[in-house]
Amino acid sequence: MKRFCIAAYVENKYGVLARVAGLFMRKGFNIDSLTVGAVEDKAYSRITLTMNGDDYQCDQLIKQLRKLFNVKNVLLLDDSQSVERELMLIKLAAGTETEAALFRLSRQYGVRLTRATEEVLCAEVAGTPKEIDEVIEAVRPLGIVELCRTGVVALETNRNITD
Amino acid sequence: MIYSGSRIVIETLIEQGATDVFGYPGGQVLNIYDELYKAKGRIRHFLTAHEQGAAHAADGYARASGKVGVVIATSGPGATNLVTGIATAMLDSVPMVAITGNVPTFLIGKDSFQEVNITGITLPITKHNYFVTDVRELADTLREAFAIARSGRPGPVLVDIPKDVQIAECEYEPKGEVALFPQRRASDAEIEAAAELINASERPYIYIGGGAAAANLGGEVRVLTEKVGGCAGCSLMGLSVLPDSFDAFLGMQGMHGRYASTMAMSEADLILGIGVRFSDRATGSPKGFAKGARLIQLDIDPSEIDKNVKVDVGIVGDAADALCRLTERCKEADRAEWKRRFSSLKLKGKDIFAEEDGDGLTPKRAFDVINAYKSDDDMIVTDVGQHQMWTAQHIRLFKERRFASSGGLGTMGYGLGAAIGAHVGCGSRVLLITGDGSFGMDLNELATAVTYKVPVVVVIMNNGVLGMVRQWQTLFYGKRYSCTELDRKTDFVLLAKAFGLPAARATTALEFEEAFKEALTYDGPYLIDAVIEKDELVLPMIPPNGHADDLIMGGDGE
Repeated sequence: MKRFCIAAYVENKYGVLARVAGLFMRKGFNIDSLTVGAVEDKAYSRITLTMNGDDYQCDQLIKQLRKLFNVKNVLLLDDSQSVERELMLIKLAAGTETEAALFRLSRQYGVRLTRATEEVLCAEVAGTPKEIDEVIEAVRPLGIVELCRTGVVALETNRNITD
Repeated sequence: MIYSGSRIVIETLIEQGATDVFGYPGGQVLNIYDELYKAKGRIRHFLTAHEQGAAHAADGYARASGKVGVVIATSGPGATNLVTGIATAMLDSVPMVAITGNVPTFLIGKDSFQEVNITGITLPITKHNYFVTDVRELADTLREAFAIARSGRPGPVLVDIPKDVQIAECEYEPKGEVALFPQRRASDAEIEAAAELINASERPYIYIGGGAAAANLGGEVRVLTEKVGGCAGCSLMGLSVLPDSFDAFLGMQGMHGRYASTMAMSEADLILGIGVRFSDRATGSPKGFAKGARLIQLDIDPSEIDKNVKVDVGIVGDAADALCRLTERCKEADRAEWKRRFSSLKLKGKDIFAEEDGDGLTPKRAFDVINAYKSDDDMIVTDVGQHQMWTAQHIRLFKERRFASSGGLGTMGYGLGAAIGAHVGCGSRVLLITGDGSFGMDLNELATAVTYKVPVVVVIMNNGVLGMVRQWQTLFYGKRYSCTELDRKTDFVLLAKAFGLPAARATTALEFEEAFKEALTYDGPYLIDAVIEKDELVLPMIPPNGHADDLIMGGDGE
């Protein structure tokens, strides 16, 4: 089992996300994260997805994605050439210990306090999935109220998906 | 010209070369049917008994003619009744455009009467589908639907049109038939690598499938097979690509294939697959498949390469072009030893179906009669089950596009609708081989066959049981015949009379011969209830996930 990060450049058309997500279900593959967002051209969107699987599954997924009519390009991202980021919003129980931990984590991971009430402290952090995991483990003992991650977005430095 | 959406549907169909459509009217396609009425003489509509029959008819039409099959149905149940027909076309890569009406856009998403999200339902069983919300996009959407259905690996496309879009008007400008999407051309490196493997081989076997049928590759495959001194076999979908009279053609391989092709494939040291997906039914377990053979796969769909079986060389591109170039690069060779071997396998295969005692009607005897009297131009259509495999084993085919059967999905109830569509598509007489089980699922279309006087001879291989499932129960489930012994009291001859067509019952080979001869003289549908023994098995058989070594021969060969 390996982790793969795949980017797809898709037309902004009816049902395109359902078509992409449906592929995973149909082929029996497991999706780890899927993000979709606008790009500079309003007619298109960019989907980034990560999956755990073997080479066969990755190969099949890419070939099947390329068959979809609204998918214009698909890249298997090379992790040595790409920047991967994820954003997490996290809500922690308020307290001096939590404040101290967040201060520490702000220097180490760039965690930022975004909102504070008497009960909770809200923070945000962007980083690689591994860094986000580490932040979660660091604050777990303090009491996580809830959290939310965006899933991975990624860009390759040496190739463009629009080429 | 300013036209309504429904008029644009009809005009675009005609512009894209659709001369015949199949369908069933309903509330949300009233406007389209109104335009069909006005377009009489420019496009023919065939009304079936059920939308599923219409979808299968569009499928049969496409397989027999090579054109895009078109089916129209209303929203809700009309649309869902198409689903099995669309999935059948998808699994067998048949070009089809399905047009459904839907409730007006302001009622969408409100669980309105006869509303269903058919684009969502058909997402995994169409090559692509559309929900049209703007009449100005309607004509181009339909054109694109035809282009997608026909381009590359063909398949079904569904276009869902809400009623208000059918009513709305806009400017329509007629255009000609759309151009197909450009396809990849096989690279010289791929061709060279494949030719090297073939030239180095001693026992080449060419395995053809539905992709070869769709591309009308009979001539090209034959030239290559002869040049390299190889032999050829096929999947169910590849039947009728090569004529039965071709010496090096060994017939269908696989689970219920002919002995010769199954054995030859297992002994080959090189297998060239053309338009095949190396399906489990044709190759058995992928693990031990073709041990010791090098594999080459030629397909227009890149996702088929390495999908089910890992190959040594994959060639992606238009098969006719790739085959011509490959044939050029292959050295002419005799391979006399291989020829002796596959010829003797072919002879031995014939012995398996040796003469039988008595005068009872057996599948083999029925096919002896059918083969003796049918013409080469007759279209052969089957349903799904034992009769389908007997047909694949025994029928002698001599022309391309003269066989239609639900191969991938294995749809019982496919046959009669497909037979009607096939006749409309190619004009030939149709021989529908079905079973009493399958026929129970599509017999309503007898009404259609009678209405349109379709020259179809319906041969029901009637054994009173769900024979194929029962065969598995016989072989693998300790003869526990759970729900396969029908014991129905249906009298198919009386049934035919009720529908308004002549019929005969045959219980002996002689009676069958008389009935079949009579049927062929009749202009219109004719039904033959061919009563056979329920314990008759389809043999030879390779058990699921097995290989040639596991072949169950039956009789003396076991």
